[in-house]
Amino acid sequence: MAGTWIFVEQRDGNIRKVTFEMLSEAKKFGDEVSAVVFGKGVAGLAPELAKYGADKVYVADADVFANYNTGAYVAQMAAMISEFSPNAVLFAHTFNGRDFASRLAQKLELGLATDAIALELSAGKGVFTRAIYAGKAIAKVEVAGAPVLGTIRAGVWEVVEAAGAGAVVEAAVAASDADVYQVVKSFEPTVSARPDLSEAAIVVSGGRGCKGPDGIKLVEGLADLLGAAVGGSRASIDSGWLGHELQVGQTGKVVCPNLYIACGISGAIQHLAGMSSSKYIAAVNTDTEAPIFNVSDFGVVADLFKVIPTLVGELKK
Amino acid sequence: MKVLVCVKQTFDTEAKIEIKDGKIADAGINLIINPYDEVAVEGGIQLKEKKLADEVVVLSAGGDKAMDAIRTALAMGADRGILIKQDTAADEYARAVVLAAAIKDENPDLILAGHVAADDGSSQVPTRVAEILGLPHVNVITNIELADGKATCSSEADGGTQVTEVSLPAVVSSQVSWNEPRYPSMKGIMQAKKKPVATVDAAAADNKVNIVEFSLPAAKQAGVKIEDEPEVCAAQLADWMKNTVKVEVK
Ligand SMILES: Cc1cc2nc3c(=O)[nH]c(=O)nc-3n(C[C@H](O)[C@H](O)[C@H](O)COP(=O)(O)OP(=O)(O)OC[C@H]3O[C@@H](n4cnc5c(N)ncnc54)[C@H](O)[C@@H]3O)c2cc1C
Ligand SMILES: Nc1ncnc2c1ncn2[C@@H]1O[C@H](COP(=O)(O)O)[C@@H](O)[C@H]1O
Repeated sequence: MAGTWIFVEQRDGNIRKVTFEMLSEAKKFGDEVSAVVFGKGVAGLAPELAKYGADKVYVADADVFANYNTGAYVAQMAAMISEFSPNAVLFAHTFNGRDFASRLAQKLELGLATDAIALELSAGKGVFTRAIYAGKAIAKVEVAGAPVLGTIRAGVWEVVEAAGAGAVVEAAVAASDADVYQVVKSFEPTVSARPDLSEAAIVVSGGRGCKGPDGIKLVEGLADLLGAAVGGSRASIDSGWLGHELQVGQTGKVVCPNLYIACGISGAIQHLAGMSSSKYIAAVNTDTEAPIFNVSDFGVVADLFKVIPTLVGELKK
Repeated sequence: MKVLVCVKQTFDTEAKIEIKDGKIADAGINLIINPYDEVAVEGGIQLKEKKLADEVVVLSAGGDKAMDAIRTALAMGADRGILIKQDTAADEYARAVVLAAAIKDENPDLILAGHVAADDGSSQVPTRVAEILGLPHVNVITNIELADGKATCSSEADGGTQVTEVSLPAVVSSQVSWNEPRYPSMKGIMQAKKKPVATVDAAAADNKVNIVEFSLPAAKQAGVKIEDEPEVCAAQLADWMKNTVKVEVK
């Protein structure tokens, strides 16, 4: 085998946690694990990647890679694959990761398994586990090819520190401005002191039961106490209480935190699709029959307007 | 300006999933247009209403039943349809190959699609189609503006939102927050019956991904549920969070 490559998800040198999750898990495949990072001035990220097991860190450094763009990234990765022949290349199932992997897979005329939650990898073959029909069924799929390609859901693997050699391999730049066909006119970062919804260890979500901005404030207060991300059901998003990017569910984000706290959320199937794989689930709902209790580890049948303030007080104790 | 919209027929999002003979059973399942594709159809129709497009063509690859998805899009206001007969077990690669072949024949200026199908959730097909056709693409858009042979798209991005410009023709896939799809009117439904739909056979394309097995997720163990005074509930929840989940308080 010629190694497992983990494509590093980063912006301005900030590496997404899912990258460390993938490096940690890749160690278990028994093959050499390399991180692959594209950007401008990114060689300095190598020690951080080595900390989670990267034996080699392939670096493609050029202005054209400063920000993610599909054309240049695909051209570069295709050239590196043909030069170094990795056994597998894994991407995070982020917006960029799925975009990158899909276009690369088609260029190489290969199969691709996206949004995987488990992987058994061997030479030239990957058996990926995927949640389909919004988590109502599980499919195991086999992707054969050189390399095996997949994108991995954030939060399903644990981050484990394991020192790798972290030897930097500078890759020849194989892309130029001519490969860029998407011109990014502006990027507006989500201004939030809270962690990213897709990566947070704890998510506190509010639904229609919050009844308005005052209820949402309670949810936000609890989240801040826990260093958690805030999410919402479609009902609270559509009511304008929270931004679209915070919707959890089938048509929103799929989250996989250690703890998910649903406040005033009934637990419609489309909402469960986005959070039922969370490790622990707690729910606060006045309706004892609410379906959210079917997936909750700890359910509280009570008024969130009374429970959350007391809970905050108890947690501070 | 011709707009083509790719629509996939999927199970109703409320559908209960069962496995029969190793396959996902489809008997008695209500079939709908993939919710994201409905948004793409609406987006295409709005471009026509704004006189930015002259024609909206809907394209679906699937079995005979997929005709219903095409008729629904026509009832919403699309002009004509194309149904490519293809086994619904075709993977993303095989679907992209047959869709791209049909799109090439149609030569549209803008290709719209959903960013992900609600059934197998792969998020690959529109990007693959763009690669086959050698066209630029933008995924997960929440708005589009067309001018001077260019599409300016707002889209969701990792950690924010961005605005991206691509030259036409291009492939663009939608996020649900782009628009609110209309319900077909009675008149629209009647008109849809008369709108032309061409049926074509799929170009040959083999799957690259093989299904090993389908299964149902393990039923979640019912947890603790307490009904008591809010103070009592809150105290117990706090205990559980501290002792079982081991949360840290900032
Ligand atoms: C194609 C499609 C896609 C969809 N995608 C999504 C998606 O991605 N995400 C999503 O969330 N939904 C989605 N939905 C919508 C989904 O079906 C539900 O309508 C939605 O999740 C309901 O939100 P909710 O639970 O906040 O509201 P409701 O269902 O109205 O529930 C509110 C809950 O609050 C409780 N409550 C009321 N007052 C209090 C109180 N004082 N204290 C505590 N509890 C209280 C009530 O008992 C009730 O259970 C989708 C629907 C469709 C058709
Ligand atoms: N069989 C199909 N027929 C038409 N469009 C499709 C088909 N499969 C996928 N698509 C389009 O590609 C999008 C993403 O699908 P997927 O890559 O399968 O998640 C869908 O929302 C559709 O717009």
